[in-house]
Amino acid sequence: MHDASMKVKQKQPRRYVISQKLDAFFIDMYSLGQFMGRFFRAVFLPPYEFKEIIKQSYAVGVKSLPLITLTGFITGIVFTKQSRPSLSEFGATSWLPSLVAIAIIRALAPLVTGLITAGKVGSNIGAELGSMKVTEQIDAMEVSATNPFKFLVVTRVLATTFMVPLLMLYMALLALAGAFVNVHANEQTSFVSFIENGFHSINFIDIFSSVLKSIVFGFTIGIISCYQGYNTTQGTQGVGRAANTSVVMAMFLIFIEEIVIVQITNWFRP
Amino acid sequence: MIKEGLHIDRTKCVICIRDLHKSFGPNHVLRGIDLDVYQGENVVVLGRSGTGKSVLIKIIAGLLKPDKGTVNVLGNDVTAISYRELEQLRLRIGFSFQNSALYDSMTVRENLEFPLLRNSKHLSRGQVTEAVEKALDAVGLSQTINQWPAELSGGQRKRIGIARTLIMQPAIMLYDEPTAGLDPITSMEINELIKEVQLKFNTSSIIITHDLTCAKITGDRLAVLLDGRFVQEGSFEQVFSSGDERLKSFYDYNFIT
Ligand SMILES: Nc1ncnc2c1ncn2[C@@H]1O[C@H](COP(=O)(O)OP(=O)(O)O)[C@@H](O)[C@H]1O
Ligand SMILES: [Mg+2]
Repeated sequence: MHDASMKVKQKQPRRYVISQKLDAFFIDMYSLGQFMGRFFRAVFLPPYEFKEIIKQSYAVGVKSLPLITLTGFITGIVFTKQSRPSLSEFGATSWLPSLVAIAIIRALAPLVTGLITAGKVGSNIGAELGSMKVTEQIDAMEVSATNPFKFLVVTRVLATTFMVPLLMLYMALLALAGAFVNVHANEQTSFVSFIENGFHSINFIDIFSSVLKSIVFGFTIGIISCYQGYNTTQGTQGVGRAANTSVVMAMFLIFIEEIVIVQITNWFRP
Repeated sequence: MIKEGLHIDRTKCVICIRDLHKSFGPNHVLRGIDLDVYQGENVVVLGRSGTGKSVLIKIIAGLLKPDKGTVNVLGNDVTAISYRELEQLRLRIGFSFQNSALYDSMTVRENLEFPLLRNSKHLSRGQVTEAVEKALDAVGLSQTINQWPAELSGGQRKRIGIARTLIMQPAIMLYDEPTAGLDPITSMEINELIKEVQLKFNTSSIIITHDLTCAKITGDRLAVLLDGRFVQEGSFEQVFSSGDERLKSFYDYNFIT
């Protein structure tokens, strides 16, 4: 009996194009693409679910606010503190505000906000939609004649896409505040000269590029976590996996997008 | 207008299924289902776990697409109509899910309001509240109105789930294992509720179960699903006096003989 079944297995043709894992990865990417297509088709068609978009935006903002506040302020202080020794070697501590502002606005604020939101909000959406899926709440919504894709997915993706840029600007502000506190305590720099100094080397492209990055990060977090949650299978175990995969995949993509967008916007710099 | 009592109209077929097939990959679940449910009738679908009972009613509600065959519900071919038409049809179908599927993020009141607020926008605040209270009263759970689903017992969740569908006054009710996981007394209450809904609102229902007490009490007719087909059909007595060996273990387990 046992031998016979082994033989049958060996006779079967090779079923994978590359390997099981890689095939699964590309199939997953393909259905993620389909999911995105479905989003763009649904987002422009009524009903628009404004109330739910506002509710979700509020949830995204409020959930991340304490963490963003803390991280922003501390990032500002620590970054300033750690940069001081290298600048003071050249007697260039007066450049500190300018260096810190560039680092925060160009790189730190978008990236840190993206990563924090991916962890906090991405896991939340993945787990929430995942448990709604496995307990048939999504089916229940569908049979009560509410399009669950619009009500659950479109609203959440829009919420993260709107909120991450706002959170990023808020974080940049707090990080600059942290930097000012540190600079003021050490170099007695006044608020006015901190601002003048700091924003001297910031231009429109810096801010535009950071806002653009945050919009892309926000969209990524929303679409990935909704995709993972909405396609959850295999009960409660699947819910945990959906939450986890949402965070890992969103963070991975955020780094890739960071590199790509920095490259592209650098072409437009004078 | 409520007409209490049993009114089965054998000339009106509300759910007519012909030669229905459904596979998931290599798993050929439904292999040629034929079923008629008449106006005002409760049909029980009996079958072991994994035979495709849930798949069958999900196809009826348009949640899954069949591979082959026709499914006609209230005069609409669910496989052929547009999404908008399907939504309109779904307003007339009540679906009681196996694990109740109450929205965890909403209170009992919000759960019941959800279908109403979204589909009957002309109703005033007062009318909505009145409908919610009436539906809760019909399932005997008025006191739970401000509770969260997580605070309710399994039986209560089931009844709230049924109330949430009754609020839209459906013509058809689909119950997925209404008594699974409940104690005998609570199961009995659910059985009586299902019967009451039929008599009070003259709904037609499909009740999926493997609980023979539930089948006997709620069903006007039984259909036994085995290997993707109905192998027996008729009243409880007809089905279980047929001497079919495949049904014997079912009966023996439920009514120790
Ligand atoms: N969405 C789905 N995708 C893949 N397989 C499914 C799906 N839904 C059900 N199945 C499979 O169909 C079979 C019947 O499932 P189901 O109808 O839930 O059984 P039951 O009779 O216990 O309700 C099972 O083998 C199940 O694995
Ligand atoms: Mg089932």
